Formats: sequence, structure tokens, C-alpha cells
Amino acid sequence: MSEKKLEGRKNIIEVNNLKKHFKVGKGQILKAVDGVTFSIREGETLGLVGESGCGKSTTGRAMIRLYEATEGEVIFDGMNIQRLNRKELKNFTKQAQMIFQDPYASLNPRMTVGDIIGEGMDIHGLRKGKERMAKIYELLEIVGLNREHASRFPHEFSGGQRQRIGIARALSVEPKFIVCDEPISALDVSIQAQVVNLLEELQEEMGLTYLFIAHDLSMVKHISDRIAVMYLGAVMELTTSKVLYDEPLHPYTQALLSAIPIPDPEVERSRNRIILEGDVPSPINPPEGCKFQKRCKYVKDICREKAPELREVKPEHFVACHIVK
Amino acid sequence: MSRDENKLLIDVKDLRVSFDTYAGEVQAVRGVSFYVNKGEALAIVGESGCGKSVTAQSTMQLIPMPPGRIKEGSVMFNGKDLTKFTDKQMESVRGSEISMIFQDPMTSLNPTMKVGKQIMEGLIKHQKMSKQDAKQKAIEMLDVVGIPNPEKRVEQYPHEFSGGMRQRAMIAIALACNPKLLIADEPTTALDVTIQAQILDLMKDLQKDFDTAIILITHDLGVVADMAQRIVVMYAGVVIESGTLDEIFYDGQHPYTWGLLKSVPRLDTQGKQKLYPIEGTPPDLFSPPKGCPFAARCEYAMPICREEMPEKTHLSKDHFVKCWLQHEMAPDVENPIKKGRE
Ligand SMILES: Nc1ncnc2c1ncn2[C@@H]1O[C@H](COP(=O)(O)OP(=O)(O)OP(=O)(O)O)[C@@H](O)[C@H]1O
Ligand SMILES: Nc1ncnc2c1ncn2[C@@H]1O[C@H](COP(=O)(O)OP(=O)(O)OP(=O)(O)O)[C@@H](O)[C@H]1O
Ligand SMILES: [Mg+2]
Ligand SMILES: [Mg+2]
Repeated sequence: MSEKKLEGRKNIIEVNNLKKHFKVGKGQILKAVDGVTFSIREGETLGLVGESGCGKSTTGRAMIRLYEATEGEVIFDGMNIQRLNRKELKNFTKQAQMIFQDPYASLNPRMTVGDIIGEGMDIHGLRKGKERMAKIYELLEIVGLNREHASRFPHEFSGGQRQRIGIARALSVEPKFIVCDEPISALDVSIQAQVVNLLEELQEEMGLTYLFIAHDLSMVKHISDRIAVMYLGAVMELTTSKVLYDEPLHPYTQALLSAIPIPDPEVERSRNRIILEGDVPSPINPPEGCKFQKRCKYVKDICREKAPELREVKPEHFVACHIVK
Repeated sequence: MSRDENKLLIDVKDLRVSFDTYAGEVQAVRGVSFYVNKGEALAIVGESGCGKSVTAQSTMQLIPMPPGRIKEGSVMFNGKDLTKFTDKQMESVRGSEISMIFQDPMTSLNPTMKVGKQIMEGLIKHQKMSKQDAKQKAIEMLDVVGIPNPEKRVEQYPHEFSGGMRQRAMIAIALACNPKLLIADEPTTALDVTIQAQILDLMKDLQKDFDTAIILITHDLGVVADMAQRIVVMYAGVVIESGTLDEIFYDGQHPYTWGLLKSVPRLDTQGKQKLYPIEGTPPDLFSPPKGCPFAARCEYAMPICREEMPEKTHLSKDHFVKCWLQHEMAPDVENPIKKGRE
């Protein structure tokens, strides 16, 4: 497989200084996403990684308007998604879809697989009757199931098969952009590869753009063209998958990558792991300055005073760190 | 470390475990044998539902009985058969000589009891320590597992701990009585990678410092490569291959082992790696197939594979495989994991 050419492609979605804060009682504010900026090009897969609670899902949800942003903007195909009229909004919800982590909870158990897949078309008035059924059969075949499955119910399927149903549902309205929120985390390793290969094939055939959210950095590296690393609501580093893994610049990225065990005993025996001390701090009242300061061994005074901006330190390589030159 | 009668700690032979459900008998474990030497880490790997947890829990009689029942087999631990132990005898082994840690610390920590007290319980019960000594030891254990301010933390409840700290607390409880064997069932699956690295590091140190043997259950082959000395590969309730770390990773012989190794991407490969998923799903354990359970998903399957379960073929002192491809009449098949390395 060759690497995709991304230069010269236009941005399909732009996120500018996006913030999503939640009120969590006692007048406290949880800053789930706190000023995130990135863009995704047409046909590209942007991986979004980071530890539990760092704001990945919230970012993805705000990007397709499942959450109202607290501040900042999301520009899809040139339009600010917070300022759409009804018709534009309907069009946007068709163009931007989501695949969820839990293939068990995200499918309505009382609906047949055919109706689950057809629901989006019904809402958007896309296809009716025979044409609708034909599309459902086509989608089932595209995702590696077969037309007989249309009349069955979700509980009759395995996790991997359910995730395929979720993908068929997302594809039914012919979207351009899909937020894949941990689409493989609930699946067995041998099944994960099936779903990832399917997502890659579909992207190639239909020119889809993905935001791919996951814990598993090995898989993210495999599927993504570029990767954004988040920590406590902020993007710490953003660059191509290759550069991120070959020359990570942010101390957090370095520790994160070094923490991942590689399935090769020889490699593991000769590795020196950077062990980060402590836990991820709470997004309620996060520290002033750099969000990573409490676990960073290079921390300086300036890191406690001022939050570092995400700067382009080399072409296509963005880092938010005062230490990196 | 190969089998050595002087170092042998636990020796499981032909273990068979079933669950009687309304739908019928689930044959979860169907004749599993393995051993662990003193101070050694053995990994049990395999797909979800293949019987890893049931195997581990059965050795300590921790499966719910009924519906579960140990149909056959023996679990020799320090020369005694644990399957013959009464509940009371088992009680004295659990938490003192053999300890277990689980994926979800909240299921095994008592939410209504202070963490320190939970560590002290075993010490008072098994080691007949005084309350005062036990408390001192509890503080020491929290310190060993890297929890800051242990004097304060012993007085806290589990919900006041973060996920990684709970896992550490569970390890502290498990190791307080200095067990000879630690069974760790997906100990880091629910944790973030930076916390996982901390916990694995801790487990390796403890293994070294206290000569504790570990049975590590995980689906993460990276964790296996980092932690284990030997591997047992399970599929649909049976062991299909076993060997040292290098024998399995570089010279594995079972097509299922190949599938496991080839379906995961690696962080350290250059360029785009092709992933080879194992198509299909594991068989139903209500009526396991009569031949090799992997035959239906195996690209090399021959007619005999669907008829009869292959016997063990021994390839070295530690390495054996159960696969008809080892038979002299079978066609030669190129080993795809070996080839990838040359
Ligand atoms: N609706 C909500 N109300 C209050 N807090 C929320 C809400 N949704 C998310 N949060 C909080 O926002 C933070 C970010 O959550 P988010 O789900 O985006 O994290 P994540 O990076 O997707 O984590 P994970 O990897 O565990 O899925 C967390 O602290 C979470 O508890
Ligand atoms: N209490 C029970 N009643 C009925 N069946 C059970 C029970 N516990 C386990 N099983 C069955 O036994 C089989 C083996 O389960 P086990 O939990 O050992 O799998 P595992 O290899 O640990 O999987 P995982 O990786 O998902 O933890 C499964 O088919 C499971 O459904
Ligand atoms: Mg999430
Ligand atoms: Mg299990």
C-alpha cells in the first residue's frame, strides 16, 4: 500500500479554537475541550489520540454538532456549522456521520437491521420502496454482510458484525465525513483488523474523510495520515503519522509512544521505557499554563505561567511546548 | 525456563470445566494442561470467550458452582491437588499462597471498606499479624506499589482513588502476604497506556524482588512480549500451542497463532503494513466441533481437520503445537511469521 498524497487537497473541515466546557455543580467548570485547532483534508484520516478523559469524544461530537461548542468554530465545507439555517443543517447532518464505540448499545434492539440502516434515508427522504431496499442490500454487501441479514435483529450478530451494521448505517446517507469514535475498541483483536481494513477500502472507493479516535496508538498509526495528540483538552502535537512516530517532539508524545509495548520480544528486551509519574489531572480547574506541567520532567517557570501555543516548528509539524525549539 | 520438577509451582492437567445453562452445557474449558515454574511469568492468550478466565479462576475454585463445575483434571500446587480442597482449605490458600488481580478493580475492592483495612485483612487472617503490625505493613505495601502519601491513603475508600491507583491498591492487597503465584487477569486492559507502563513495571519488579510466579491473561501481544517468559495459546477451550516467548513469536506453528500475530499492527514498522484479519468467529461452545476447533476459519484446513482433533507435536522441550500440518502426510506450508522477519 502506498502513502496517500495529501498536498494540495482542500480542507473539508476546520476546527478553530474549539472549546467545550461543562458545568458540573458547585459552580465548577469542567474544561473537556479547551481551545483546539486543526483541520482535516478531503479524503484524509486524522487520528485523535490521548488518554481517557482528555476530550477526544467531546471534540468529535462537537464537530458534528452533537454538542454545542462553548467557544470557537467548526467550518465544514466553508460553512460555520453553528450558523446554519434549517435546510443547511439537514444537509450537514447528512454529510457528517458518526460510528460509535459500543456496537451493542448503539443499535436499537427492537429494529431490524434493514430498518436500522434505512432510517437515515427515511429521515432525509432519500430513497423509498424498492430503491430503498436495494440500497440496504447494497450496503450490507459493501460491509461484508449479506442481504438475508436485513430482516434479522442486532442481538443475532457478533460484535464485529454489529460494528459493520453501524458502518452501513453511517454510509446510508452518503456522507463525506465520518467521526469514528473508538470503532474497534470493543472488538477482539482478530476482528479489529476486519473492521479497519473495511474502513480503509471504503475510504479509497468513496473518498471519505475520517476523524479516527482511539486509544490504541498502533492501530491509529496504521490507519491515519496525520495524528493529533491530546492532553487534558488541548492538542499537544500534530503531524504526519510517520513523523510523529519517528521524531516525536513533545515530551508527552515521547512518553506516550514509549509506553506502548511492541509485540516483538527482541524489541521489547532492548527498549528503554519512559515511565510517566502520576495520573492524568482532572479537567476541573486544570492548571494555569501548560496542561502537561505536572508530569513533565523538563518543566520550567514559563510552563506554569503561560499555556504554549500550537506552533509549526517544521513544515506540517505542530507542537505546543515551550521547551521545543 | 523449561519444565523442571524442582522448580515446578503449579501443574494443571487435563482441566475440563463446563457451565450448565438453560440452553445446555457450555464446555468452556476442554482439557487444558499447563505448568508454571517458581518465579516465572506465563502468559495465556487467545480470543474473547476462549476460556482464559475460566481456566485461571478454576485453578482457585473461583468459578460460580453451580452453574459451573470442574468435570475433570487436577491442579497440583506445591504437590497438592487444589481440586480436592474443601472450601475452608481453599480459603487459606487464596490470598496467601495464590492471589488474583482482575481487570476491573472495583469488582474486587470492597467499596465500603477503607483500602488499608482491605490490605490488613489477609495479613491478620493468614499471617496472624497484630492489627498494629498489619497497618504498618499496609502502609508499606501502598508505598511499594507507588502510591504517594500512603499513611493518608490507607484511611481512604476505593472511590477516592483514581483508576490506576485502584489497580495498584488491588496489587498491594494481592501481594501483601507474599504469594508464590499471582494470577493477573487482564490487569491493565482498563488502564491508559502510560498507567499500564507503570503497572507492568511494578509487576516485573515484584516478580524479581519476591520471586513471585505470574499467570498473565491478556489479549495484548505487546504486553506479552514485555512481561512473559512462556506463552500458552488457547482457542475455543483448548491449548493449541505453547512455547517460550521467542518460539511463539518467531517460530509459532499454528495457523491461529499466525493469525493473532498478523492481525495486529506494530508501532515500529516503516511504511504501511497490511493487516490480515482472521475471518469468521470462534465456534459455539455449546456444541464444539469434533475436529480442530479452528478448522472452520483456517485457510490451510484439510478434510482430516474437521474430523479429528490433532495430537500434540513436540518441537522442543517447551514448544508443542496441535495441528494436522505437522503430520508427515500434510503439505508443506510456508510459515508466514518466519518469512516476514527475513
Ligand atoms: N456531558 C458531559 N457532562 C459533563 N462532563 C462531561 C460530559 N461529557 C464528557 N465530560 C467530561 O469531559 C472530559 C472529556 O471527556 P471525553 O469523553 O471527551 O474524553 P475521551 O478523551 O473521549 O475519553 P475516553 O478515551 O475515555 O473515551 C471527561 O472528564 C468527561 O468526564
Ligand atoms: N457463569 C457462566 N455461565 C455460563 N457460561 C459461562 C460463564 N462464565 C463463562 N462462561 C462461558 O465460558 C466461556 C469462556 O469464558 P471466559 O470468561 O473464560 O473467556 P475469556 O477467554 O476469559 O474471554 P475474555 O477475553 O472475553 O475475557 C465463554 O463462552 C463464556 O460465555
Ligand atoms: Mg471517548
Ligand atoms: Mg476473561
